[in-house]
Amino acid sequence: MTLTWYLVLAAILFTIGAVGVLVRRNAIVVFMCIELMLNSVNLTLVTFARATGTLDGQIMAFFVMVVAAAEVVVGLAIIMSIYRTRRSASIDDANLLKY
Amino acid sequence: MSVLAAVDTSVRLGTGESVVLWVLGPIALAGALGMVFSRNAVHSALWLVNTMLAFGVFYVVQDAPFLGAVQIIVYTGAIMILFLFVLMLVGRDSSDSVVETLRGQRVAATVLGVGFAGLVGAGIARATQDLDLVGLDAAQGDQGNIPAIAESLFTDYLLAFEVTSALLITAAVGAMVLAHIEREAGSRRTQKELSRARFLTDRPQTLPGPGVFARANSVAAPALLPDGTLAESSFATGTEPQEVEEMARPTGREQLGSPDAALGTLDPAPLDGDGPR
Repeated sequence: MTLTWYLVLAAILFTIGAVGVLVRRNAIVVFMCIELMLNSVNLTLVTFARATGTLDGQIMAFFVMVVAAAEVVVGLAIIMSIYRTRRSASIDDANLLKY
Repeated sequence: MSVLAAVDTSVRLGTGESVVLWVLGPIALAGALGMVFSRNAVHSALWLVNTMLAFGVFYVVQDAPFLGAVQIIVYTGAIMILFLFVLMLVGRDSSDSVVETLRGQRVAATVLGVGFAGLVGAGIARATQDLDLVGLDAAQGDQGNIPAIAESLFTDYLLAFEVTSALLITAAVGAMVLAHIEREAGSRRTQKELSRARFLTDRPQTLPGPGVFARANSVAAPALLPDGTLAESSFATGTEPQEVEEMARPTGREQLGSPDAALGTLDPAPLDGDGPR
């Protein structure tokens, strides 16, 4: 077992999150997949911080968490306001910008 | 050669950490897969909570106890609960559509995902197979993880930290603005106004519910008017109104006889059989 396993696990989880963003139709689930991608990048940052022996990676992961929290708050508010006007949380229904 | 061997042994993780990785790695993977594949959005959220808890343990194991605690408190405690709240507000089974709007999109996404995972995973595995494991003991000294992070956060990263506060305030204000419903003062109709408006129509009473006066409480059983006919205003949308089997009821004067007979006799016990039905 080496540190590589953490990185490989993070890469696989990132991919699962990306596939989920592509496949799922519910906006909230798509959002959760984005959270999973952010989390796997955090795991990579923490692993590299340990590998290189500096704390900068951990601080960066901390900032990523703060930004993710802000992003979730605003994104969920947007989803809610879309749901209020369109009565749907499906990303296929939000297509007004298309035409 | 011996130097290489020494480096190789120093990179290896301890037994406890290996066990943690082997146990929690598949759990995290299962959580991620379950999140993507479960149809119900609430189940997705709970699977993701599972994955995030595993990540918190990974952080603690990897000399980042502060991040582990933040992960569990902020992510699983706050963000996922926020997700669940919004799911409950939006309606948990709202439009979880199964139809593919773009043909072959799922297959393409899966192929892309497997390819991406293979490329990135193999690349990372190859590039970092002789990665040094310096460890954080030298960086954080003997003061521990949290004071070391605080020292770095409030000296080197002070500007980023301050900007973060602006970001958080902006996000909070933005969420309030987006989730706010603008309603002028006094624009909500009171109960009195609603009732007055209802009495101005030709139907002051409420609509009859399905199954009223019928012998079934199914939605498909429409309400009956006093003369036994179906009340059209009580037909449920989307169903064919079905006449329920009805016990024959005396409705007219000729069946009931005189009003006195309908009310019953004043005799305490009619002995013969010609009393009211």
